[in-house]
Amino acid sequence: MKIVVCIKQVPDTKGGVKFNPDGTLDRGAMLTIMNPDDKAGLEAALRLKDQYGAEVTVITMGLPKAEEVLREAMAMGADKGILVTDRVLGGADTWATSQTLAGAIRNLEYDLIITGRQAIDGDTAQVGPQISEHLGIPVISYAQKIEVEGDSVIVERQYDDRYHVLKAKMPCLVTALAELNEPRYMTPGGIFDAYNAEITVWGRADLKDVDDSNLGLKGSPTQIAKASDKVRKGAGEKVTLDPTESVDYIIGKLKEKHVI
Amino acid sequence: MNLAEYKGVFVFAQQVDNEVSGIALELIGKGKDLANDLGTEVTAVLVGSDVKALADELAAYGADKVIVVDDPELKEYRTEPYAHALASVIEKYKPEIFLVGATAIGRDLGPRVSARIHTGLTADCTQLEIGDFPINPIPGKEQLHNQLLMTRPAFGGNTIATIACPNFRPQMATVRPGVMQKLPKDESKKAVIEEFNPGFTPDNKYVEILKVVKSVVDTVDIMDAKILVSGGRGVGSAENFKLLDDLAEVLGATVSCSRAVVDAGWKPKDLQVGQTGKTVRPNVYFAIGISGAIQHLAGMEESDVIIAINRDETAPIFDVADYGIVGDLNKILPALTEKLKAEIAAK
Repeated sequence: MKIVVCIKQVPDTKGGVKFNPDGTLDRGAMLTIMNPDDKAGLEAALRLKDQYGAEVTVITMGLPKAEEVLREAMAMGADKGILVTDRVLGGADTWATSQTLAGAIRNLEYDLIITGRQAIDGDTAQVGPQISEHLGIPVISYAQKIEVEGDSVIVERQYDDRYHVLKAKMPCLVTALAELNEPRYMTPGGIFDAYNAEITVWGRADLKDVDDSNLGLKGSPTQIAKASDKVRKGAGEKVTLDPTESVDYIIGKLKEKHVI
Repeated sequence: MNLAEYKGVFVFAQQVDNEVSGIALELIGKGKDLANDLGTEVTAVLVGSDVKALADELAAYGADKVIVVDDPELKEYRTEPYAHALASVIEKYKPEIFLVGATAIGRDLGPRVSARIHTGLTADCTQLEIGDFPINPIPGKEQLHNQLLMTRPAFGGNTIATIACPNFRPQMATVRPGVMQKLPKDESKKAVIEEFNPGFTPDNKYVEILKVVKSVVDTVDIMDAKILVSGGRGVGSAENFKLLDDLAEVLGATVSCSRAVVDAGWKPKDLQVGQTGKTVRPNVYFAIGISGAIQHLAGMEESDVIIAINRDETAPIFDVADYGIVGDLNKILPALTEKLKAEIAAK
């Protein structure tokens, strides 16, 4: 079985968010990590590899620095890493990003493609389903469990108040939820090997069956009209009182606001 | 693509188990606003099996027209037949705007449809308006009018961006549930109802549903609550949520929670507030033992009044709370509940 996992390097928003004094985001001060949903997707692929034997290829699109997440994935157990990087691919929205990744994946053999449900920087959840559409294969989003049975995948697909157990013939694309599993750590041997492993680097010319008009900023149907860091409304009052005083304080505020 | 051919505001009227989802009505409400600005109508697209009877409800909430795609293949949500339904509607009716709820269904369906018809899709919008693009005139660049300007948070709610889709139609957006207002119900309103079936032939992209497992818990919709008593990891245990239940009962409030609580298995996911949960904006939001990760703040900071109780005075929740109390919830909550009981009884 051949599995392709799409991963993304993202700024770490969990606990590591730093603000400038004016309330805007201090991006330079933030670390980067492998996107959590993607990491769960990679872990799911590695478990399938452990169970059935599979070749796991990780692919990322980004700046040359994004090679770091490929090495991390390989240190966890992925077999091959592909970095898709090219100036003309920059500024891509989800349409152009999914076109780029689909163009890269067309060069590969695959039974299963796994992406994270969404990345914590953009939070769109669009790229996985869009890749599947470009490749003409079924998609199962929001996977909370992935199993393989013969030539099919059996997936628990999460909804708000239920889940569906779905069966799809491979090739198929599945988007993974972070709660799918607890990703493994890199092993020391794995880290050593990963840092010596060769990463395949592809540019625009290596993408298969994609028109220039679908790539990068120019190929993006959506355009940014305005962007700003959100300035929070700011703190109100903060008091430290004993429990009885605290109760009176809260009741006072509830009365003031005509809640009671 | 001849952009001028595309007319009207369409919304996906999501239904589950043949019950109209709240988001469908919210989208009709917002769609009506946009349609008024454009001098056009709002059309609800109702997709399912035996769903025609729901069209009257959509009309009562403001839909001028309802397109019904009714087919046995559409009984339960599956990506492919639903994507085929919407893509076919778009191809035939050519709307200029198409809105979909940013639900677990819409966030799968929207991208698949937008990729099929080649247009842009803006995710999880919290604000939609008609305006110019570019917003301010730029020399040498034509300023387009009557564009859909779609505003969305990103980066866990720390940045906001306004997006346009000037050269492709329809302009598509998924919209966060709980943010837009539905119109008051008016049973006397009627809509033009049109049935449309593009034909559904299963192919490799159809998946098979082996089982549907519904959550057994009675669900309350935290998005409808006027007062939320929300607990976080600091509550300490599933049992200790009793303190929140008691307070909520006195206030006629609903109990919700943070992601940590769901991860710990103390509460089901449908009570979760935040980026990966639900967006709420009640009149009063009690944040109890919630530290206030940005993903949580993104889901509740629009609440009218935020009251936070936390032992840690450096907790980020205090940065958005109108009233912050540094203290022990185990001592404050029981006393608060008792005193409120007395206050309310005295009235």
